Amino acid sequence: MSPTRRRRQVALVLATALATALSACSTGGGGTAPAGGATGTQDAVDAALKTGGEITYWSWTPSAKAQVEAFQQEYPNVKVNYVNAGTGNDHYTKLQNAIKAGSGAPDVAQIEYQALPQFALTGSLVDLGQYGFQAFEDDYTPSTWNSVKVGGGLYGLPQDSGPMALFYNKQLFDQHGITVPKTWAEYVAAAEKLHAADPTKYITSDTGDAGFATSMMWQAGAKPFTTDGKNVKVDLQDDGVKKWTSTWNQLVEKKLVSSIPGWSDAWYKALGDGTIATLVTGAWMPGVLESSVKDGAGKWAVAPMPTYDGATPITAENGGGGQSVLKQSANPALAAAFVRWLNNGNGVKPFLESGGFPATKADLASPAFKDKASEYFGGQQINQVLTAAAGQVVPGWSYLPYQLYANSIFGDTVGKAYAGGTALDPALADWQKALVDYGNQQGFTVTTG
Amino acid sequence: MTTTNSVLKPRRSPVLTAVMALYLVYTLLPLAWLLISATKTQQDLLSTSGLAPGGTFALFDNIGQTFTHDDGIFLRWLGNTLLYVVLGAGGATVLATAAGYGLAKYRFRGRRAVFAVLLGAIAIPGTALAVPTFLMFSNLGLTNTPWAIIIPSLVSPFGLYLVWTYATEAVPDELLEAARIDGAGEVRIFLTVTLRLLLPGVVTVALFAVVSTWNNYFLPLIMLSEPDWYPLTVGLNQWSAQASGVGAQPIYHLVVTGSLITIVPLVIAFLLLQRFWQSGLTAGSVKQ
Repeated sequence: MSPTRRRRQVALVLATALATALSACSTGGGGTAPAGGATGTQDAVDAALKTGGEITYWSWTPSAKAQVEAFQQEYPNVKVNYVNAGTGNDHYTKLQNAIKAGSGAPDVAQIEYQALPQFALTGSLVDLGQYGFQAFEDDYTPSTWNSVKVGGGLYGLPQDSGPMALFYNKQLFDQHGITVPKTWAEYVAAAEKLHAADPTKYITSDTGDAGFATSMMWQAGAKPFTTDGKNVKVDLQDDGVKKWTSTWNQLVEKKLVSSIPGWSDAWYKALGDGTIATLVTGAWMPGVLESSVKDGAGKWAVAPMPTYDGATPITAENGGGGQSVLKQSANPALAAAFVRWLNNGNGVKPFLESGGFPATKADLASPAFKDKASEYFGGQQINQVLTAAAGQVVPGWSYLPYQLYANSIFGDTVGKAYAGGTALDPALADWQKALVDYGNQQGFTVTTG
Repeated sequence: MTTTNSVLKPRRSPVLTAVMALYLVYTLLPLAWLLISATKTQQDLLSTSGLAPGGTFALFDNIGQTFTHDDGIFLRWLGNTLLYVVLGAGGATVLATAAGYGLAKYRFRGRRAVFAVLLGAIAIPGTALAVPTFLMFSNLGLTNTPWAIIIPSLVSPFGLYLVWTYATEAVPDELLEAARIDGAGEVRIFLTVTLRLLLPGVVTVALFAVVSTWNNYFLPLIMLSEPDWYPLTVGLNQWSAQASGVGAQPIYHLVVTGSLITIVPLVIAFLLLQRFWQSGLTAGSVKQ
């Protein structure tokens, strides 16, 4: 199935799912926007762990199976039913459907940061503050902790993080005498130089990926989405957004970015053969390159994400998420205990072994992690760059309470500008309009900048 | 002049032949791609051109991996699909045959109303009904069970319409009268006389139902959350989706090989049943 067609179908499903979720909420079905800020102690969680029981866990993370096995070995009186209900949107659709249906949701689910506000604000998740989990704040990087907090409540514990960096094909850069760009202006210049030297090569590929675009806005200091639960502000014309588009427009308009869709088989191929020379993405990317782009071994290297002034190192988060406890859970204390073990206990080890990039400060700072030389990256100690990035994320970002839907229609609006090689700003205005209309239909009060 | 065109020796049209040849290539190209790609390792799949063979011939290795990956879940999906096809498509065929015959050959009040409802049902795509069906089934507590797939599959408005039309033409009223006069009951008439006459139509309906159940994607996608109940379509999509995002684990070679294995039974069904299928399609085209 073509990515566009798939996206449309996903958009349809997500729209329906959220519509039903929110209508349930507005008809007073009990699911009101959470007040947040509950406080309590971990005693209930410890007691539940002693008593034991059975819970269900939905996740598609590569380490989930190993983690569940390790947990059950440590706590033989707890049975965890692990279900891989799908990757990304398939998972969220099923989760939303089960929430709407009132039964069938798991006790614990993996939820990415971009999707968390949607589930938290519709009252589908347990505020883990009631189990005293607020105490873990200092264990996590500020950006990931901020991502699991919605309206004062704590709706999950972070598992991984994706501080962004520049992954580049060093072999190709050396071959064409291109230096590693420190600023976005240099990045555009590198794009021009590379494509002029070899027209089959592109600095990167971008067909309109909402996750990437929002992360780029984040780094540029934009705050396009703000919400207090019921009121939402969408402003895709703010200075930060314009800062990003003034750079990215140049690449799009001059057709300096490849139109190979991300995550397709052609994309993996292009990463290996040098057609795509750089990736500006989250710190979890090395694991993917190592396991699935074997042809790129020894070619790739990591550098800090380019910035606008070339002086202060700043970055943004891309991807990553945590685990949350669902309101439907019959045993939320036990579910919370599992989440605590996963992301603040022995569960972190299997996660790291699977090649994950953690959100926990202690693991990020441990010499074993930080100083490890990566064979794939020609012996470079890539985690030194990546862990430094984890502390340089611009604070204060938030996603829309319907970000999944928003991302799914990004291709229909902004994607056209990418395909046609025109400025992104008018297309972003179209996206904004669609987001305002949709939000208002869903019962939010949406304003613009 | 000796060149006369007859029914037995129709005139050849080079243009038409060329168009057909082009269409044949167009139809077979994706199949060829699938067949060739299934013989490649993931490495070759990502580094060689689509229609060229890869460095190593890995078809059997791929098939082996497809059936053993993730504790052999593919075999389970294959079994699920067969279950849904046998019970769902099988049931749909039985119901459509019985009801279509009944509507064609018995006069009763409300026949016209049934006809109107039927036409309406054909006009509404199943996808549009998926979400309401989901909510209904979740109220009944049937989501995430095989029934959520089998029960909706039992309804085949188009199949019913086809049998209705076919029965009107293929089952002469005189024959039924004769059987009744000979003392046969209605059930016996249906089982011994009608069914034989209806066979080409029934096979056509069965084939339609098998194909649509085999390829059913959207309904199981939203009904099922437990991978143990997935049919092949949803399972393969899950494998394919695994290639994107944080922690991506592409297994394109298994997705491709799995797709090839998935279409083989359908190809066999078509080859075996095509003569019935052809005669079924032309039903009613000639007034006898």
